[in-house]
Amino acid sequence: MTQPLLAIDDLAVTFSTRNGLVEALRGVSLTLNAGETLGVVGESGSGKSVTAFSVMRLLDRAGRIARGRITFRGQDITKVGRDILQPLRGAAMSMIFQNPRAALNPIRPVGLQIADVLRAHNDLSAGEARERAIAALEAVRIRDPQTRVDAYPHELSGGMCQRVMIAMAIACEPALLIADEPTTGLDVTTQKTVMDLLADITARRGMAMILITHDLGLAAQYCGRVAVMEHGLVVEQAAPDILFTQPSHAYTRKLVAASTTRTSTVASLVAGEPAVAPLTAPKHAASASSEPLLSVTNLTKVYGADFKAVDDVSFTLRAGESLGLVGESGSGKSTISRLICRLIDQTAGTIRFDGEDISAIPTGQFHRSPLRKDIQIVFQDHGDSLNPRFSAFDCIVDPLRVTLGVKDMRTLRARAEDCAERVGLPINLLDRFPHQLSGGQKARVGIARAIAANPRLLVLDEPTAALDVSVQAVILHLLERLRRETGLSYLFVSHDLNVVRMMCERTIVLRLGRIVEEGPSSAIFAAPKDGYTRELLEAIPHFEPNRRSASAAETVP
Amino acid sequence: MSTATLRHVGFILRGNPVTLVAGCGALFLVLVAIFGPSLVPFDPTTSNVPRALQPPSATHWFGTDQLGRDVFSRVVVATRLDLLIAASAVSLSFVLGAVIGAFSGYSGGTLDRWVGRFVDVLMAFPLFVLAMAMVAALGNRVENIIYATAIINLPFYIRFARAEVNVRRSAGWVEAARASGNSHARVVLLYLLPNVLPAMAVQISLNLGWAILNAAGLSFLGLGVRPPTPEWGILVAEGARFITTGKWWLVMFPGMALMFAVLCFNLLGDGLRDILDPRMRT
Repeated sequence: MTQPLLAIDDLAVTFSTRNGLVEALRGVSLTLNAGETLGVVGESGSGKSVTAFSVMRLLDRAGRIARGRITFRGQDITKVGRDILQPLRGAAMSMIFQNPRAALNPIRPVGLQIADVLRAHNDLSAGEARERAIAALEAVRIRDPQTRVDAYPHELSGGMCQRVMIAMAIACEPALLIADEPTTGLDVTTQKTVMDLLADITARRGMAMILITHDLGLAAQYCGRVAVMEHGLVVEQAAPDILFTQPSHAYTRKLVAASTTRTSTVASLVAGEPAVAPLTAPKHAASASSEPLLSVTNLTKVYGADFKAVDDVSFTLRAGESLGLVGESGSGKSTISRLICRLIDQTAGTIRFDGEDISAIPTGQFHRSPLRKDIQIVFQDHGDSLNPRFSAFDCIVDPLRVTLGVKDMRTLRARAEDCAERVGLPINLLDRFPHQLSGGQKARVGIARAIAANPRLLVLDEPTAALDVSVQAVILHLLERLRRETGLSYLFVSHDLNVVRMMCERTIVLRLGRIVEEGPSSAIFAAPKDGYTRELLEAIPHFEPNRRSASAAETVP
Repeated sequence: MSTATLRHVGFILRGNPVTLVAGCGALFLVLVAIFGPSLVPFDPTTSNVPRALQPPSATHWFGTDQLGRDVFSRVVVATRLDLLIAASAVSLSFVLGAVIGAFSGYSGGTLDRWVGRFVDVLMAFPLFVLAMAMVAALGNRVENIIYATAIINLPFYIRFARAEVNVRRSAGWVEAARASGNSHARVVLLYLLPNVLPAMAVQISLNLGWAILNAAGLSFLGLGVRPPTPEWGILVAEGARFITTGKWWLVMFPGMALMFAVLCFNLLGDGLRDILDPRMRT
């Protein structure tokens, strides 16, 4: 057997912080053969990115390789200096970063940036480098590369920027490509094209790839072998079929269970938690069903001169119902949620809440309306949605103080503790500040704040998009339980179709500000009528073994 | 929370002892301003002509001036007035500037454009000349020095607050505050302003040194505070007449006091920036 392309042996990396040394990796061993695709999955803080940065030797100054060896093509690169690393980086191993927009230099045309890589490793004239850059753009299937070579990053879409990053990474035909969350932040359909492209290029050129991702489905679909990381250790490593059907490590089992699939239910995500009975319409919903709680007619929001973010959208929401709004970025789903919450003014159309036309009240005046407390919102970025100067307690009671004018500390405290209990937030965390809370805890504070004033409609704007899968599972479970206990109505905005399928009875699919399909969730997901909906559904990465083999046959030529 | 803050401050000070020294210096100045006038050995305004223009000695540490007044007492007593002028001027421009800038940055519309033009116009003047003109026009009084200093500082605070609020106005917690039922005014005053205050504290400290210099400069030119009131700028101005005859102590000691104060506040500002910079926190 020939030696592996890359061998990581018992690698330990420590970061020196103010609170002493933090062990990011605690003895990671991985090997990668030429042409192989290895998936590294794990949740935030598991050390998957640190592994990648260690291999590229791009750790920042606080990070130090404490022990272990990294061998690349038989050469120990653990401690070598810049003179040996420089020719390797870009030419023999290269990396694709998570946020393509941040990784590209905004003031240089993309062609020049690709040429930079080429000229760093080859003796090329400017003209030759340009030719090779165009060829690289062609290889990543950017249409019209002759023109695009002179484009600046801001002139390209997110998916195109990521393709440019790929073009840069493969320009010198490296033997190893490290893709660190290459499609996080991209829409599912874009994710599919980018990943198909990566799989195709690596297969065709015989490149080895390390795909770092938090998405098990993605790893299962595109990798020959998957390593699961937890707290700086590789806990399990196997072919995806085996790993996901018979996970042997407890953490892998938890991760697999928490990942949403075509068939999962909210209950199946959190194995071990008390099961939620299948959803039935809450009792009081029937009595109110004659009059919808929320009815939106011909809602339009125009930005600037003629950019229609929301274009003539109409729908209704019954009391106690959960309605899903699905769409990719730019579909107007977040704009709709903010319009309904009266955070921005509509350009045209009406929003009636409980029979009253709330769109007639300007948003600057809506805080005086008695309906303000009835419509609350849970935001996507839980860290960003909490005032950094407010403790969790202050955040939660803010709506009570402001809309209901509650001043009595004892009442507020009791109410905050009650809300915290309902969302499963330990009461002793109430006096902490947002930066002292974990992502899941911040999400709970955000939800507690939204339900503090007993609203009737909760707008959930991608409430779990920024969370790890295991935390997402718990939060979805919590939201489901809350709705059953309180009879709240949900407007559930998400790009994750599986989540919407589980959480909502009815789903609306949006594209470019317009409704393309609407109907019961089960019907839409079982038999989508619209082509776009079908495309969205097919783009979701999945790890059902039977489906995987089918799609793998498609992607590998 | 407080212990964590203390630990953070301790961490910064250990890595940056200059801040500690500057902080102690600033504290010393404040103590001198409060207690100095009741501790000085001589009355700063009583002249004693027979003992005029004596060099520093054991009795008169900083020497005496042309009227026989004790320079040490005058320098010490002047601290209160100089710090008072600087502190009032800076607080005035800070409060006004923060509120105007915050509303301007939050609204982003017509108000923002008008405020922006106003600031541009103000900045177009040579600021010190503007301050001189204002004191000359309003009358030679201490309050007017404060107002003039406050107004020429205003643009910096407006711009600073505007920029800091502008980057936060679309933050999730601002939207969340609105969804909780807060009016625009409440969002600005109770949510955004407290969040930009730490960053502005740095500006305040840096600005204090500058304001002291500005007040002293105006007095040096004979505007604002008038003799025989002890004030550093006046002390320097009066002493300057005698420097050619070798009476260096008249200028030297008030000048040193001025330099010490400005240096302390500037260094403290730099240190505060490190303490309050969120990237330094974990």
